[in-house]
Amino acid sequence: MPSSHRCALALAAVVLLTTACATGGQDAGSGGPGADPTGAVDGRITVFAAASLKDAFTELAGEFEQAHPGTRVALNFAGSSDLVTQITEGAPADVFASADAKNMAKVEDAGLLAGDAVDFATNTLQLAVPPDNPAGIASLADAADPGVKTVVCAAQVPCGAAAAAVERAAGVDLAPVSEESSVTDVLGKVTSGEADAGLVYVTDVRAAGDAVRGIGIPEAVGVVNTYPIAALTDGAEAATAQAFVDFVAGSGGQAVLGAAGFGAP
Amino acid sequence: MNAGSLPRWVVALAAVGGLFVVLPVVALALRVDWARFVPLVTSDSAQAALLLSLRTSLTATALCVLVGVPMALVLARTAFRGQRLVRSLVLLPLVLPPVVGGIALLYTFGRRGLLGSSLSAAGIDIAFSTAAVVMSQAFVALPFLVLSLEGALRSVGTRYEAVGSTLGAGRWTVLRRITLPLVLPALVSGAVLSFARALGEFGATLTFAGSLEGTTRTLPLEVYLQRETDPDAAVALSLILVVVAVAVVGVAHRVRPLGSTAPSSPRPVREVR
Repeated sequence: MPSSHRCALALAAVVLLTTACATGGQDAGSGGPGADPTGAVDGRITVFAAASLKDAFTELAGEFEQAHPGTRVALNFAGSSDLVTQITEGAPADVFASADAKNMAKVEDAGLLAGDAVDFATNTLQLAVPPDNPAGIASLADAADPGVKTVVCAAQVPCGAAAAAVERAAGVDLAPVSEESSVTDVLGKVTSGEADAGLVYVTDVRAAGDAVRGIGIPEAVGVVNTYPIAALTDGAEAATAQAFVDFVAGSGGQAVLGAAGFGAP
Repeated sequence: MNAGSLPRWVVALAAVGGLFVVLPVVALALRVDWARFVPLVTSDSAQAALLLSLRTSLTATALCVLVGVPMALVLARTAFRGQRLVRSLVLLPLVLPPVVGGIALLYTFGRRGLLGSSLSAAGIDIAFSTAAVVMSQAFVALPFLVLSLEGALRSVGTRYEAVGSTLGAGRWTVLRRITLPLVLPALVSGAVLSFARALGEFGATLTFAGSLEGTTRTLPLEVYLQRETDPDAAVALSLILVVVAVAVVGVAHRVRPLGSTAPSSPRPVREVR
């Protein structure tokens, strides 16, 4: 068989596969706004959740599936504003859990919320330093010392806005060596030892285990990030989506979130 | 349309492939807020990002030429054990996800990396500096130069070089007067491609260099960040990148690599004394 034919065949296979994938993906969310033929808590829902919720929501999804046999929870984690872009551009999502009120408001403005958004968790900032704390950091003021490599989130993302508020509250002016676009990248710079300190969420420090050490900032207690969750109109399983929202906001969900370091709303 | 000797379905699939590449670019252009386009792309942060991108990409390209030309020469004009393996390794950054490249650079030149601890002791700190951006870009762009130059060196053959040596030209003279002029078009197009790849570099830079305006936040990183709050700005800046990319690819195609056709007048040979 001439190689050009083989290439053409391979290309055709790729096109077919891609089409098949696209169709499969649409199935999950087809059925129109709020269409739920059964009204029962079953079937597959897709939950779009902020990246900082990864560990907690993975556990919550498992518990929800156990509590409601016949349900499947597919999780998609990313930065909240990425998720908003995906949702407003038509991604098939049943539930959205945002890391801040601002991004939830964008989805609400687009008319995509099936019900009211519920606040279900809070988070505050902490300083993360490498386990051996090479720069000897004990406070936010230490992190502002010249020569100390401090990394923060850029002001455009929720954790960066919170960092700026903490700096104002503490009267400290950090001169960061890098302003990352996600809190995960800030944590990565600390765990790899490139940075001496990073401003991240309390829950990130908790999740990182022994890879970093957390140093509390008294002024950060007043700068609270609130996480809202809501069912979306584009989902196919309205009853299941609402049941998941209630589960996260209820006592079972709060226990898991509390263990991960989140505060109560 | 004249389909030539090709089966129609091949042409149809080619058209599908073409649309697959072009349509997203069209969709991007359609989203541009033209009324705000000029203010968006001339904002302070956008200009800082554009200037940094141009500066670092040019430096990275120079670095690629400096070490890439010798690498291509060694691969094309010498034979040694394990040459195939070396060639595959050199091309690794082409297939490696850039983020992985960034992590690898971090583990090499980072403060706690393989060489980083010695460099740090010597007072050289690479992470979070513009040098880290240049290194990330050079890492991913180098294979483009080596690949296109090595191919050209192989296809022009060694006839003129052999004639030059028999006429008494030394190795340096042969290289300077015969080999390099013969592959100059391939060198230029390879360098242009490397520049384009460096300009678009994102993953390795984000992982290895960080993101600070004017120091490490190149245009792709600025697009990534602006998208968080101002999607219009992100789209406008993306279009700038697309325009630069199209211009660069156009230049690279105009400078046709020589291929197997030898120049009509092998001028270098005449000048050998």
